[in-house]
Amino acid sequence: MQRSLQIDPGKCTGCLQCEMACSYENEGVFNPARSRIKVFTFHQEGRFVPYTCTQCDEAWCMQACPVDAIVLNAATGSKDILEDVCVGCKVCTIACPFGTVNYNSDTGKVIKCDLCGGDPKCAEACPTQAITYINADETGFDRMRAWAGKSDNQPRVQ
Amino acid sequence: MKHVIIGAGPAGVVAAETLRKLEPESDITLIGDEPEPPYSRMAIPYYLENKIDAAGTHLRKSADYFEQNNIEVLQSRIDAINTDKKILTPDTGEQINFDKLLIASGSSPVKPPIEGMDLPGVHNCWTLADANQIIDRAKPDAKVVLMGAGFIGCIILESLVSRGVKLTVAEMENRMVPRMMNEQSGTLLKQWCENKGVTVLTSARVSGIEKGSQHPLSVVMSVGGALPADLVICATGVRANIKLCEESDIETKQGILVNEFLQTTHPDIFAAGDVAQGRDFSTGQYSVQAIQPTAVEHARIAATNMTERREHLHRGSINMNVLDTLGLISSSFGDWEGLKGDDSCELGDNDRFRYLNLQFQDDILIGANTLGLTQHIGVLRGLIQSKTRLGKWKNKLANDPTLIMEAYLATVQGQA
Repeated sequence: MQRSLQIDPGKCTGCLQCEMACSYENEGVFNPARSRIKVFTFHQEGRFVPYTCTQCDEAWCMQACPVDAIVLNAATGSKDILEDVCVGCKVCTIACPFGTVNYNSDTGKVIKCDLCGGDPKCAEACPTQAITYINADETGFDRMRAWAGKSDNQPRVQ
Repeated sequence: MKHVIIGAGPAGVVAAETLRKLEPESDITLIGDEPEPPYSRMAIPYYLENKIDAAGTHLRKSADYFEQNNIEVLQSRIDAINTDKKILTPDTGEQINFDKLLIASGSSPVKPPIEGMDLPGVHNCWTLADANQIIDRAKPDAKVVLMGAGFIGCIILESLVSRGVKLTVAEMENRMVPRMMNEQSGTLLKQWCENKGVTVLTSARVSGIEKGSQHPLSVVMSVGGALPADLVICATGVRANIKLCEESDIETKQGILVNEFLQTTHPDIFAAGDVAQGRDFSTGQYSVQAIQPTAVEHARIAATNMTERREHLHRGSINMNVLDTLGLISSSFGDWEGLKGDDSCELGDNDRFRYLNLQFQDDILIGANTLGLTQHIGVLRGLIQSKTRLGKWKNKLANDPTLIMEAYLATVQGQA
């Protein structure tokens, strides 16, 4: 059974531990600006919304890549960037309608969530269980996926 | 079933893969006219920059990929299509018959109708062969004139500058990338390049190229004067490769006319990618987009419709681009020029080379231009494509257009 990240913004306190854990795991630094998960703040509503790639079935990023640098991880279901193949053209950053693939000008490559290979550090670091890593069919990402399907222009890859 | 695909670029390759997945038993032949394995023109700037070798441009990396997937790859040129008999006559080898045909023949650079375009040292930057010619001539301190500051012109600037050439860019319009960026951002891009030591001439037309005295070439400007050059790179736009349809009943305008199934005027012949005049999401009109995401979208849908079982509708592709000009990143989405009556908002910081422009119809985002932004820009596509009503977020965006991600989360996903 593949698992995926479930995010419950109602439980998020905006502590940014997830961003710290993500940047440390993936970039070797404690720097929220380098995190693949981002917490968005809605001051007026007093609400924090953690947000990252849902590893959507449409895989717009993977389909748009001109050099085959984004591949499906069969074990976790994540779509992973092959850093040595990525040329840094950034087409995936505009193709992803969720805005979850970003360009890193320091490396000249793109970065996105890869579920830390099946052990997502954001979920581990979250003190309030706003981010959990659970069986895929139970996640609240269905709504997001439904939206992706609604605006779908193409057959799914899986 | 015998499927034949003309063109081995991204559209051709993705179509072949889609067909293989849907019809394991069918014959699939992919015909390209270049000697290299199917490769990506998108990767050429990075090849020019020595970031990757030629193999790094290949669309699929393993040498036996197409063989493994039972896709026959042929190298030859197809100049005509016999649509009655459903036969192709390649320039080499035997006739090829087909049940269903996909034309994904791409586009080719346009040469301006001026004298001297055939002189040695005048090159396009379109194929791997072109790139190798440029690498040969773009030596340190060589004088290089780049004709055209469109997408291709801009994206190869980095590689030319890194080769240490003395570079002058000549663009006919009043700014850089005029078909992708508005006046403010296109002008900022020009300043950025000038700050990096590149001479950028805008509203400047090349009237001819002659043999030079101290340098091999002399580029004559219409406003007077001439630029000495060792190498001239022509990047003044591309045009769909529709010549192969000329003698047939396949109708063309700017590209091959297709319906919402990517089907041409011949029911067994489809078109995809740069050569197809397909539906534009923003305008609802049929136009040639010539961008990677559209090529792939077309290919998957056309290939699906080439099989017997399915009818998959193409609802229109969003025209969008992302460009790295000497490290300054710009992007455009959808109807970035906006509608008449101009309901838009913008935010600019000229000193930091940042700019963001959003275009609306009522409270729906329809287009955008960004400069200097790299984070979450894809969400602009998400907002445009989902036609989400922004409600109160439209005003919030008018006050601070950088809140696009927040607006998206609040409206599309109902998160706030």
